[in-house]
Amino acid sequence: MHASKRLPSPRKTVLALATGLAASLTLSSVQAGDVEVLHWWTSGGEAQAANVLKELMEDEGHTWEDFAVAGGGGETAMTVLKSRAMSGNPPSAAQIKGPEIQEWGELGLLGDLDGVAEAQQWETLLPETVAEVMRHDGHYVAVPVNVHRVNWLWANPEVLDDAGVEMPATLDELFAAAEPLREAGYIPLAHGGQAWQDATLFEDIVLATAGTDYYRRALVDLDPEALGGEPMIEALSTFKRLRELMDDDMSGRDWNIATSMVIEGDAAMQLMGDWAKGEFTAAGLTAGEDYLCAPAPGTQDAFTFNIDSLAMFRVSDEGEREAQEDLARLVLEPTFQKAFNMAKGSIPARPDLDMSEFDRCAQQSLADFQRTADEGGLVPSMAHGMAVRAAVQGAIFDVVTNYFNDSDMEAEEAARRMVNTAQAAY
Amino acid sequence: MTLSTSLRQEGRAASRRSSSGRLQDWLPRLVLAPSVAISLFFVYGFMLWTFILSLTSSRMLPSYDFIGFAQYGRLMENERWWVASTNLVIFGGLFVVICLVLGAFLAILLDQRIRREGTLRTIYLYPMALSFIVTGVVWKWLLNPGLGLQAMVRSWGFESFTFDWLIDPDMAVYTLVIAAVWQASGFVMALFLAGLRGIDDSIIKAAQLDGGSLPRIYWRVVIPCLRPVMFSAVMILAHIAIKSFDLVVALTGGGPGYASDLPATFMYTHAFTRAQVGLGSASAMLMLGGVLAILIPYLYSELRSRKHG
Amino acid sequence: MDNVIRRRTPGARLARLALYAALLLAALFYLLPLAVMLITSMKPLDEISAGSLLALPQSPTLAPWAKAWGEACTGMRCEGVGGYFWNSFAIVIPAVAISTVIGALNGYALTKWRFRGSELLFALMLFGCFIPFQVVLLPMAQTLGWLGLSSSRAGLILVHVIFGIAFTTLFFRNFYVAVPTELVSAAKLDGAGFFRIFWRILLPVSAPIIVVSVIWQFTQIWNDFLFGVAFSAHDTQPVTVALNNLVNTSTGVREYNVDMAAAMIAALPTLVVYVLAGKYFVRGLTAGSVKG
Repeated sequence: MHASKRLPSPRKTVLALATGLAASLTLSSVQAGDVEVLHWWTSGGEAQAANVLKELMEDEGHTWEDFAVAGGGGETAMTVLKSRAMSGNPPSAAQIKGPEIQEWGELGLLGDLDGVAEAQQWETLLPETVAEVMRHDGHYVAVPVNVHRVNWLWANPEVLDDAGVEMPATLDELFAAAEPLREAGYIPLAHGGQAWQDATLFEDIVLATAGTDYYRRALVDLDPEALGGEPMIEALSTFKRLRELMDDDMSGRDWNIATSMVIEGDAAMQLMGDWAKGEFTAAGLTAGEDYLCAPAPGTQDAFTFNIDSLAMFRVSDEGEREAQEDLARLVLEPTFQKAFNMAKGSIPARPDLDMSEFDRCAQQSLADFQRTADEGGLVPSMAHGMAVRAAVQGAIFDVVTNYFNDSDMEAEEAARRMVNTAQAAY
Repeated sequence: MTLSTSLRQEGRAASRRSSSGRLQDWLPRLVLAPSVAISLFFVYGFMLWTFILSLTSSRMLPSYDFIGFAQYGRLMENERWWVASTNLVIFGGLFVVICLVLGAFLAILLDQRIRREGTLRTIYLYPMALSFIVTGVVWKWLLNPGLGLQAMVRSWGFESFTFDWLIDPDMAVYTLVIAAVWQASGFVMALFLAGLRGIDDSIIKAAQLDGGSLPRIYWRVVIPCLRPVMFSAVMILAHIAIKSFDLVVALTGGGPGYASDLPATFMYTHAFTRAQVGLGSASAMLMLGGVLAILIPYLYSELRSRKHG
Repeated sequence: MDNVIRRRTPGARLARLALYAALLLAALFYLLPLAVMLITSMKPLDEISAGSLLALPQSPTLAPWAKAWGEACTGMRCEGVGGYFWNSFAIVIPAVAISTVIGALNGYALTKWRFRGSELLFALMLFGCFIPFQVVLLPMAQTLGWLGLSSSRAGLILVHVIFGIAFTTLFFRNFYVAVPTELVSAAKLDGAGFFRIFWRILLPVSAPIIVVSVIWQFTQIWNDFLFGVAFSAHDTQPVTVALNNLVNTSTGVREYNVDMAAAMIAALPTLVVYVLAGKYFVRGLTAGSVKG
């Protein structure tokens, strides 16, 4: 039952060495337990990477019970989680992120990870911005898995060359590139007309036109003055102008179809988070050569983050409790951080790792992460549920997507609605 | 020995043996009791529970902090709710009517002693066997102007052919009707076909002798006989319309914007995705109220008329 | 014998032609999505993104089918959807059987043993059809927790039975309403009991409606996703959950050919039921509505 009863594998020995400090700090009375993990890492690459974690857990003698539920960027998994919590039978760990961690914490359902955090020195290991999201009421209740950057622009260099345009660094350059691209027969910007994708573009534009301070006031603190103010109206009008860069058939299109339009050379660019890299990689393309990445135009000094994390539920079984702590520790081990983040396109949650095996975009991402963290440009992504609670996020989505798709609605009207609905949804 | 004599003998034996005449009177009620109890608890009890939640400020999970009818007020001011409700009227109405008409029409055609009837019937019926988790993807392709039917017809040389309902906020709800009709109309056809086969030939013959034309006979004689079938069909279709959820999620995702949202998706989105259980419960109550308002008169008239008939 | 169009006049022939044309056109409409699925499932991935929907595969392959059955990842298990079949059957078979039996008895009691208020009870139960599953998800979860049945197969079966009996009762009631009451009355006069009459008179003619009920319930429960995912344990998830994980994965490359193959595989049992039982389906419904 215990790991010690198994034959010691060379791999495990290496691992034990690698884990060093942390391993020596785990409690001496190792108990094996079952962890049921609810997550939505279901794509081939993700699943393989997550499998690394599973194997690490099994090497410690624990049993990993896999509960994967895909759909709607975790929406379905959250539904399952709520019904499991209602029945008094939550899983041991679940993929929960952002402010939602706080909501679960308020319900008193999460267990704390302070022991592991102290042993592994999370205070120094994790950037403060990341650590803050993982704490509820001063206690660590979740462990970060990765950091996605949302404000990226992806492009097909051949298409850009063919139309004679450069990778745009500002919004003006982006809009200016539209005409030559159209004339050369390309769609300037590939986009999928789904609420979250609309919102992803919207927050890029807010950052580009009004800057990070304003972004924080409007979309994180929900200051009504900022939300309904002049910068919002300007951002909304600019946002709607992006339609000129898109094709007519975008409605309902999945984001990865939009990415494949860039890969196929039908479209020149796409604004999307760094998970888009998975599509390019799968198509056999190399970052920096076959496809280009750059911060979304006008947002060089901003980094909108989207952090995946695993929250641990309060359990009574001692073995399960041990397993949860081991799980939290192993998530932050270099082995898993590297394997998982290279598959997912994100950067590790701990910035101290050697990034040489990562591609250029990831390297730039980490550099920008640290730079923006120092300069104050590191902001949570509203579109990806990091900035505000789900109710408010949904209300903003409704306004943004409706405004984007309704040719008659004025920006002033949309800004006014934004203030009202954000307040109504509290 | 005929069935009835054997039964009679067994029956006598039974009555001799048992003193349970009274039990026999109660048996039907006893048999029904569990189902009724289940309905009371799991349907009406849950409705009551949902109603109670709709009076609370419940967010992520139910809580019992009562705030009166405030959630209903918020719902009334929510534009998206009105879009969803209007859509249900449009979608539900068209879906039920088109399925009934198409189903009856196909059933009548199939009833004309068709070769390969079995094959055709299976073809019409199979969509009911598939879940929208996947057929939604196919419909999304087919209805996408750049990818599906429009592109196909244009590639045949009809350059001006346009079929872009999926991306038109005013028309997107009709694409839901198309896919839903595709799924359910074959089932309605089967119900009607069964009904047609059950009608006594002599009725039709008599009508023919009276000199009625075929369409007229169907309209005046045959279709009225199908009323019980119609009842089942309407119930099933209404149930599908109200519960339509996978379809919306898979086909339009409620879009463009939220132009093709339905109450079921509205409720789910708010109660689950957006952690507004109170508001979601209020929308569920209004939805059930709407269903009741339409169904009760229909049920009442059907069950009443059948009793006399 | 024919009372319908069969006179061999030119007009009738033309009508016959139009009839077949209309039927074939309808068949095309119903078959189109299936054709797209089938074609897509046999294309290599690069042909899908490049070509048109209905273009036949240039190098047809069954690899997506093999992958969908045994290799595709549905979470961390990369064993395809094949392994989930048993889970689905273990839920569907008991749930269908129980709800059909209950529906038959209910339908029988409601039509042949009417009592004051029985129609009202029927109407009451019927309303259960109209509750959207999303609405009952949370209360159901709590109830299952109370019963100690959360995340168990038995709990999931119970849920399907509860929300299935409204339909099975509707089917059987409408069928039994048309079975002549005279036989039942005679048997009652002779002192035959409730179950004996059901067993000897009603059940022997019920085959068709049983088929209807089984088809309906089988399809509904087999295709259910929401209850299946919310109320099953990690190792008893039905095939729709695996299918969803395959199809609705939101990051990484979507292999549409594998998606389509998996969808066809997951739908196979219901398709088989429809093809095999479709004949009885119509025949059965027919028998019931014959007026005695």
